Amino acid sequence: MQPLLISSFTATSCLGSGLGPLLDALLASRSGLAPCRFETVALDTFVGEVEGVDAQPVPPSLAGFDCRNNRLAELAMRKDGFLDAVAAAANRLGPRRIGVFVGTSTSGILETEIAYRHRDPLTGALPASLDYRRTHNTFSAAEFTRERLGLAGPCTAVSTACSSSAKVFAIAARMIGAGVIDAAVVGGVDSLCLTTLHGFDSLQLLSSQPCRPWDAGRDGISIGEAGAYFLLERAPDVAPAQALWLLGTGDSSDAHHMSSPHPEGLGAKLAMEAALAGAGLAPADIDYVNLHGTATPSNDVTEDKGVHAVFANAVACNSTKGATGHALGAAGAVEAAIALLAIRHGFIPASPGTRAPDPALRVRYCSTLERRPVARVMSNSFGFGGSNCSLVFGSRPAGAP
Amino acid sequence: MKLVARVEGIGAIGPGFTGWPQAREILRGDAAPDGSATALPAPERLPAAERRRVGRNVRVALAAGFEAVAASGRDARDCAAVFTSSSSDGDNCHAICEVLASADRQISPTRFHNSVHNAPGGYWGIASGSMKAADSLCAFDGSPAAGLLEAGARLAHRPGEAVILVAHDAPYPEPLNTLRPLPDAIAFAFALAGGTGLGTGLRLELTGEAPTTLADPRLEALRRALPSARLLPLLRLLAAGEAGRVVLAYLDGLSLAVETGP
Repeated sequence: MQPLLISSFTATSCLGSGLGPLLDALLASRSGLAPCRFETVALDTFVGEVEGVDAQPVPPSLAGFDCRNNRLAELAMRKDGFLDAVAAAANRLGPRRIGVFVGTSTSGILETEIAYRHRDPLTGALPASLDYRRTHNTFSAAEFTRERLGLAGPCTAVSTACSSSAKVFAIAARMIGAGVIDAAVVGGVDSLCLTTLHGFDSLQLLSSQPCRPWDAGRDGISIGEAGAYFLLERAPDVAPAQALWLLGTGDSSDAHHMSSPHPEGLGAKLAMEAALAGAGLAPADIDYVNLHGTATPSNDVTEDKGVHAVFANAVACNSTKGATGHALGAAGAVEAAIALLAIRHGFIPASPGTRAPDPALRVRYCSTLERRPVARVMSNSFGFGGSNCSLVFGSRPAGAP
Repeated sequence: MKLVARVEGIGAIGPGFTGWPQAREILRGDAAPDGSATALPAPERLPAAERRRVGRNVRVALAAGFEAVAASGRDARDCAAVFTSSSSDGDNCHAICEVLASADRQISPTRFHNSVHNAPGGYWGIASGSMKAADSLCAFDGSPAAGLLEAGARLAHRPGEAVILVAHDAPYPEPLNTLRPLPDAIAFAFALAGGTGLGTGLRLELTGEAPTTLADPRLEALRRALPSARLLPLLRLLAAGEAGRVVLAYLDGLSLAVETGP
């Protein structure tokens, strides 16, 4: 694929709102996970809750969209000059020429979950105040983003569970490549809700500690929430020297099971190979793989097999979910932001929570922070339904010196 | 720039039709919709353990998808897939919300993994064996247009890899039905290919025009009632074998024009 310029980006997670706090936390090897105090949830688990979400209103003109998920979206896009960067692009290219593709797994379902506690005792009706389209519906996260940014191009929510906000990069790349649009706002927004917390509990996949990716004693995930956005543009004739690029995307399916990955990591391997091929790169060109690394016993084993099949143990790998938690439908986006920071500032982040990497796993796992030049990063995102997506980011395209 | 695709096969299941041949007769005006509810097909291609677990949306989506693949003569394992739905499994969503509002919040693991919007895509992979990419998109009432656009962009990116597009919907029970009335389950599927060959050609282009409506009031009512039925103006052209141009509903102020031809 033709490399796409990432002309602006921002991320908000439990590590803080905006890139500054995220970078500080990553360089301090800090985790944002804390015991779950969310809503009425009484589960013995840690979560990555974003501070200040409930206090962030959506603009009055978009009041119908008001829900926790869209408040998180609003909080996220207000940082790092992102609103201004999109406005300038819309001015330059025209709002019809910019697409909006947003990944989310649960959008604003929390509103409906709470509304079910307030049904009419006689009729069973939900409160009339519940705005299904603008909160609960999967499209809400994407439609809110499009309206908030005043864009008028194609738009869709992408909801493939935990690969959602990685897939949006692939969709934007194809649309720009085909000439349907000239630029795209992509991202992911997924907020804490009861369905995912109790759902992962039902699968016995929640850790009672901060999650420990790749650790010999790992025992499950810590759920997080996040919002992250990126402005992707066709490569300009002269790119700034410090430019960051989307170089390749690859997606695949496991064709195996709804909630368990392919036992040999075959779908993951296909996605990684496709991303490398799309970027025109060899495995040796990658400096760091940001793993999906959820910290469930079986997911890390299968990902290890897939990554080892592509990279052997020649590349530095780790998961940053011990820092951010697993932001589910926003995981791909927040980890893309981490990949870009790693390239821009020259470091491989730590893996908070990982004490002793599992000797049964074979990839080269970096538990602690390393300061060194990083030119290209692969980011993996795998989800329920066997949905896999790998992305390659870099400071320079393939073939460039 | 216009995106292009060739329709190599069509699948259709919904109220009054159990496959494309029957839907085609209705769309041509050769048969009247009989007013019957959607007959849910058994998900025969899924392993027995999975068969019992799947909801109405998965059943219609898989049936339509496999009908389109069979008509195309392709092997589903060679095809990428694009699924679109406004809501995915409404029955399952309601059941989970009820349990979460109760004192005992123990939801079943199966209900949880079926709650993901891409459940039809996941089951499609299991049933077809395809390890190609499967997207799962939602653009509310414009979901099928979003899917067509994505399928077209996939074909522009990789003309040699056919794409199965499946637009599907299934109703919510009360009380959600009042907020989002979707009267029945429905799915339409296209096997779409790039390059040259057999099948009706499609040319896709974004436009600000208003969506095309249907002259038959019963079909127009269906078009308006279910997001996936927003495809009916295109399906009517394909049923008639006519070259023509229709505008499909997509977003506020933005529609998808589709020209059919050789």
